Amino acid sequence: MYEITEKQELAHTVYLYKIKAPLIAKKRRAGQFVVLRMNEHGERIPLTIVDSDEKAGTITIIVQEVGKSTAILGDMGAGDSILDVVGPLGKPTHIENFGVAVCVGGGIGTAPVLPIAKALKAAGNKVISIIGARTKGLLILEKEMKEASDELWVTTDDGSCGHHGFVTQVLQNFINEGMKIGCVVGIGPVPMMRAVANTTRPYKLLTVVSLNPIMVDGTGMCGSCRVTIGRKNQFVCVDGPEFNGHEVDFDELIMRNRSYIKEEKSAMEEFTYHEGDKCYERCDK
Amino acid sequence: MSGPKDAKPKQGGRQSMAEQPPLERIRNFFEVPLGYTPEQAMLEASRCIQCKKPLCVGGCPVNINIPWFVRLIAEGKFSEAARKIKETNGLPAVCGRVCPQEDQCEKVCIIGKKGDPVSIGRLERFAADYEREHGEAELPEIPKWTGKRAAVVGAGPAGLTVASDLVKKGHKVTVFEALHTAGGVLMYGIPEFRLPKKIVQSEVEFLKRMGVEIVLNAVVGKLETIDELLADGYGAVFVGSGAGLPNFMNLSGENLIGVYSANEYLTRVNLMKAYLFPEFDTPVIRGRKVTVFGGGNTAMDSARTALRLCPEEVTIVYRRSREELPVRVEEVHHGEEEGLRFQFLTAPKRFTGDRDGRLIAVECVKMVLGEPDESGRRRPSEVKGSEFQIETDVAIVAIGNGANPLIPQTTPDIKVNKWGNITVDQDTGRTSKKGVFSGGDIVRGGATVILAMGDGRRAADSMHEYLMTGAW
Ligand SMILES: Cc1cc2nc3c(=O)[nH]c(=O)nc-3n(C[C@H](O)[C@H](O)[C@H](O)COP(=O)(O)OP(=O)(O)OC[C@H]3O[C@@H](n4cnc5c(N)ncnc54)[C@H](O)[C@@H]3O)c2cc1C
Ligand SMILES: Cc1cc2nc3c(=O)[nH]c(=O)nc-3n(C[C@H](O)[C@H](O)[C@H](O)COP(=O)(O)OP(=O)(O)OC[C@H]3O[C@@H](n4cnc5c(N)ncnc54)[C@H](O)[C@@H]3O)c2cc1C
Ligand code: SF4
Ligand code: SF4
Ligand code: FES
Repeated sequence: MYEITEKQELAHTVYLYKIKAPLIAKKRRAGQFVVLRMNEHGERIPLTIVDSDEKAGTITIIVQEVGKSTAILGDMGAGDSILDVVGPLGKPTHIENFGVAVCVGGGIGTAPVLPIAKALKAAGNKVISIIGARTKGLLILEKEMKEASDELWVTTDDGSCGHHGFVTQVLQNFINEGMKIGCVVGIGPVPMMRAVANTTRPYKLLTVVSLNPIMVDGTGMCGSCRVTIGRKNQFVCVDGPEFNGHEVDFDELIMRNRSYIKEEKSAMEEFTYHEGDKCYERCDK
Repeated sequence: MSGPKDAKPKQGGRQSMAEQPPLERIRNFFEVPLGYTPEQAMLEASRCIQCKKPLCVGGCPVNINIPWFVRLIAEGKFSEAARKIKETNGLPAVCGRVCPQEDQCEKVCIIGKKGDPVSIGRLERFAADYEREHGEAELPEIPKWTGKRAAVVGAGPAGLTVASDLVKKGHKVTVFEALHTAGGVLMYGIPEFRLPKKIVQSEVEFLKRMGVEIVLNAVVGKLETIDELLADGYGAVFVGSGAGLPNFMNLSGENLIGVYSANEYLTRVNLMKAYLFPEFDTPVIRGRKVTVFGGGNTAMDSARTALRLCPEEVTIVYRRSREELPVRVEEVHHGEEEGLRFQFLTAPKRFTGDRDGRLIAVECVKMVLGEPDESGRRRPSEVKGSEFQIETDVAIVAIGNGANPLIPQTTPDIKVNKWGNITVDQDTGRTSKKGVFSGGDIVRGGATVILAMGDGRRAADSMHEYLMTGAW
């Protein structure tokens, strides 16, 4: 059992947790993730390690409620325990001094961008970050990203905060202005990552994206997470999660992520779950 | 054929075992063969003529003293029989169920020369079940601590055997397992209806009671490397990480929704209990028509699982003919009783899907068998122009597994062969790295439970010697 030591609400349905997992806290590096299973009946879901505190022996994760498993986690708070936490999984981000690194985070994707921005900064890069959300209330980690970056740009789809529009428009402006960019890191919803890759493709800018396919074990044993990268099948949990954005078959990833939409919907509709002899029911009314 | 098999005790001849009738069992995941009654077990055991030079013992990879335990059963001393078996086999309830007995101990049984051999596997299962169900499993005596520690990577049959043998020699043993449950393929691969998971877990519990420490959710190489384990005070390390890397066929459309590796399909259903969705949260696509590619244990387990999940039709597509099927005859028989279809001499060419990317069909081609290849099996080749479509919405690719690469990647001084299998000294299980031993599927590629256990036993002996003397 892995105890939750702290919980914060960052935005509507977005929570930050600190979880006691001393060995993972010691080992993890930017770009890696954990797989969690909340209870005996639960599924295994992957979540990025956003930060860690070696002294306290905790790791930090940030999660958005999108379905049943994340909703179960959303109902948990400090003092509760998660049944299984496995990690650190995946390859760490390749970090070097690229000169100027642009870090682009869309929605919940800002969470995985944060540790990478920090690591790039520590390696001597000038870090320029762009974070975006649908609306002001959903914007997360603005303060933390500001601290980790030399410059921070904010966008919202509805103009309620910062630049009115998409993160890619700001990125395009940098390119148009002739900024010498050494590397672009883009993480967020798959369509946003595809847009980032499409923005940088004509200029052959090194572009790293972090993929979020459906996983089961997270250790390379099942192939559920396979995605076509440059015509080759790769297992995101062991070969990734980060890949060259110009080689990713995003359409296939979007398609595969819809494998279980029917089942996911019915799971939310019949949302009851058990913990010992306690029975929880949840209504979306 | 339907209705329960005749399983009444009969005088003379081999005792058959009661089974769930096919039409009933394809609607549940309960075990298919129901086991002997004590009366049947004693009758069956009395068929053994207690050979002076028992050939059966040589046919068993861990050399169980078969005549001895069989005699104890004939005398009605069931728990004693179980203890006798456990002297050389730590997982009798498992092996009695999943060993390919007809190719091992029973193949060479002298009674089999004229009629049916003694049902050694079923008797082994009976004794182990009896002991467990009557709560008569006795802890062996654990000697005083030698002061030495050993680490085991992977809680499959190989790793569990090493752990059991080393604690019995007085060492402290910690097993690191990547998944949230110990058991390896016994938990995530072999289905509930062939090997109930509570049996595996009771074996694991037994090990814990003997003092073995099992750390779950620990991916060695990621959390701690082998070098770190050695530096942490573990005097020796056993790597039993299995052959868990699924092979795909590299055909067009293989990433469509509904195409699974057997590992994913079986893991979802067995380990994550997708057959109980939505009570359990992990889903699996059940499909209307399921096609399985391959001809081994894994293909058969996937197909028989699909028969229980899919309402209409399950077909195994195999590129050779029935004679070449590597799977156990008993399993083919069980599958066919349950309505499984076979499409022999057929190979897939490509998968096609609908607008949403969901699988709708697989294009196949007919094959003919030519000259024998280096493995001695006749090589299949395509019949030009014989392409045809099979309508299917779930496809399961069960063409074997490669070696799990994580340990070799993070421990470069462990030598592997060109397929990525760890190379070891056969007699001792030593790898190229001092203090590190290995065995089971990571060494052999896909093999069997009992061979993995045999490797574990040999490795444990040499680990003991190494821990005590330090001589490499
Ligand atoms: C490497 C990686 C890192 C991730 N990091 C984060 C993170 O830091 N914060 C965060 O909020 N989310 C993250 N995700 C996504 C997160 O895993 C999914 O949101 C979560 O699994 C959804 O589960 P659910 O039951 O709540 O939703 P469901 O209703 O089951 O699914 C909602 C959607 O989530 C995706 N999904 C479903 N099951 C899985 C699964 N087992 N594995 C992966 N995706 C799945 C599907 O696309 C699905 O359509 C990450 C995913 C990956 C692969
Ligand atoms: C579907 C299927 C059906 C089968 N049916 C039969 C049968 O009927 N009869 C028979 O005799 N054999 C059968 N086999 C073969 C048999 O199961 C294997 O030969 C046997 O399980 C091998 O044992 P092992 O201990 O080497 O590896 P495994 O059972 O594969 O166990 C390896 C364990 O190591 C863990 N692991 C891997 N990497 C790490 C790491 N880095 N850190 C920590 N842990 C790690 C894995 O999670 C796993 O639990 C079948 C196999 C399959 C797949
Ligand atoms: S372990 Fe397997 S081979 Fe050995 S006696 Fe038992 S069934 Fe036969
Ligand atoms: S070979 Fe057959 S008859 Fe002889 S001891 Fe073994 S089981 Fe009994
Ligand atoms: S999640 Fe199973 S191989 Fe990646």
